[in-house]
Amino acid sequence: MAEPVPPAERDDRPDRGWRRWRWPLLVGVVALATVGLLALLTNIMERQREGLDPFYRVVALTDTTVDPAVWGQNFPLQYDLYRRTVDMTRTRYGGSEALPRRPTGEDPRDTVSVSRLDEDPRLREFWAGYAFVEDFREERGHAYMLSDQVFTRRQVVAQQPGTCLNCHASTYVAYLRAGNGDLMEGFARVNQMPYQEAVRLVDHPVACIDCHDPETMRLRVTRPAFMEGIRALKAGQGVEDYDVNRDATRQEMRTYVCGQCHVEYYFAGTEKRLTYPWDRGLTADSILAYYEANGHNDWTHQVSGGGVLKAQHPEFEMFNQGIHARSGVACADCHMPYIRQGAMKVSDHWVRSPLLNVSNACQTCHPWDEAELTARVHTIQDRTYQLRNLAIDASLALARAINAAAQADAGNPRLEAARRHHRRAQFLADFVEAENSMGFHADQEAARVLGLSLNEARLGHLALFGDLVQATASALPAPPQAVTPPPRNGTR
Amino acid sequence: MRPPHLGLLLFCVLLGLAVGTGVFTFGYAKGASYLTNDPAACANCHVMEAHFASWVKSSHSAVAVCNDCHTPHDLVGKYLTKASNGFWHSFAFTTGDFPDPIRIKDHNRAVTEEACRYCHADVTAAITAGSHLVGTGETSADEAEGWAVACTRCHRTVGHWVR
Repeated sequence: MAEPVPPAERDDRPDRGWRRWRWPLLVGVVALATVGLLALLTNIMERQREGLDPFYRVVALTDTTVDPAVWGQNFPLQYDLYRRTVDMTRTRYGGSEALPRRPTGEDPRDTVSVSRLDEDPRLREFWAGYAFVEDFREERGHAYMLSDQVFTRRQVVAQQPGTCLNCHASTYVAYLRAGNGDLMEGFARVNQMPYQEAVRLVDHPVACIDCHDPETMRLRVTRPAFMEGIRALKAGQGVEDYDVNRDATRQEMRTYVCGQCHVEYYFAGTEKRLTYPWDRGLTADSILAYYEANGHNDWTHQVSGGGVLKAQHPEFEMFNQGIHARSGVACADCHMPYIRQGAMKVSDHWVRSPLLNVSNACQTCHPWDEAELTARVHTIQDRTYQLRNLAIDASLALARAINAAAQADAGNPRLEAARRHHRRAQFLADFVEAENSMGFHADQEAARVLGLSLNEARLGHLALFGDLVQATASALPAPPQAVTPPPRNGTR
Repeated sequence: MRPPHLGLLLFCVLLGLAVGTGVFTFGYAKGASYLTNDPAACANCHVMEAHFASWVKSSHSAVAVCNDCHTPHDLVGKYLTKASNGFWHSFAFTTGDFPDPIRIKDHNRAVTEEACRYCHADVTAAITAGSHLVGTGETSADEAEGWAVACTRCHRTVGHWVR
């Protein structure tokens, strides 16, 4: 039995402060460790739970389910990311920032992106006589594709056909309905409608069903123009009867579904059939040769007075000439890289510039820090931009020279050859200008195309002022062999 | 007999809870599997699935498992590395504070570099003996480790493709 200690004696112990706190302190430390262990335990349980059921089938999806919100019930992670394409962020040579705008009766948009025509006023002369000089802005995210087309001033100054909708709305089901179940027939019918009539058939910007099979989620091509274009391209390479949805590998499809729209195109004939000019290959000069053969003109240039072509947005064509395509990389690898959400690995459906997502888009393969990788991209883009400016200046100088010569003598026999060279210089420069990567998708190819453009401008001046024999002898050099990487299977 | 101290009692109860939770978590998380050489154990976590899948297809899968390249070749070093990585991986995954794609840390990179040189010594000895390779200034990270050149700078994909 211990003797009770007199209170006065206890108070005199020198280590009394520590002794009073040691139990609460130890209890606290062990409690914290327990909290940590429980946090780890519940985290592991959550991840294992997530790993068990990759998705829940909440609704039945059919080949007529257009609304992405319905698909989103089964695939909430992908749907949430998809909705983020509303974000507006600038990169050095692309992207968009939200400029406030006062909505009007005919155009209810309260934000728009910056006008490319104000950024570079030379473009008004470059495209003189074409609807693009009315209104041409930086492209915004996928979420805006339909409204930005409906409300552009280009709709006011020119009557556009239903063809335009192919790439500005989810048209797959609309085509099926218009063709009574026949996709090709519906495509042909919608192409021939006036835009204002055709736009009533669609409700959404590009949606899940435009790239995915609703039963299996497998990627598939839904755009007849791409099916026909890639078939013609493959036929030119000696592959007969190519059916993209039957013959393409999964990795190829991760590029082809993007190539349904991010391409050069024209509207063929009075039926305004959307056509991708790939019979002779995918390079800018192969495409130019196609147009030279069929004589297609988009408009008459107001300054040169000659028929010219508008290059559209040939990202697919340009990318295919670059080192990334050569290495088997797909559009989706950089623009929709895999990301982890808990235990789930999903493709990032927030489609955007890799420059806004360097970590997932580039560093998966390239072991350099973000600043270094961004600097490498900017180096390519700055060099391409300088060459692009030279090519546009040279093309404009030729157009003005032709204009002056025509004013002086409309019957000048040299005008025809000079206009032919101007048409080529204009298209080749525009091919790089319209391509949305400022050279990055294929840097040496972009430089080569701009070099060809500058040469055509030089030949145009020679045709106008120089030795006639020397100038007319020059023809467009034969395009190089199409560069198409061998098909590859599997993931990265 | 003196009644047990209240603090001591609380501490013992709590310590028991902590040990119990720890043992349960260790069992639930297949903790024992981490003491083995089985590569499947490393893919217990989803974050490693792609690395595991690509290791299966790699040139080294026939001759080396995860531990051969990612732990030191002495017993103490091996289990110290396992313990340290085990703690920090648990910490990172629980807090969610880790980069994605994941990146190897300097210590673990050094372990891997040593592993290359352990097996391929006859080749690497000849390379590192050449003084002309020292101080090429090509990569400050490797030089900070005291290496003129690191195997994995060029042979990054021999073990597995994914970073």
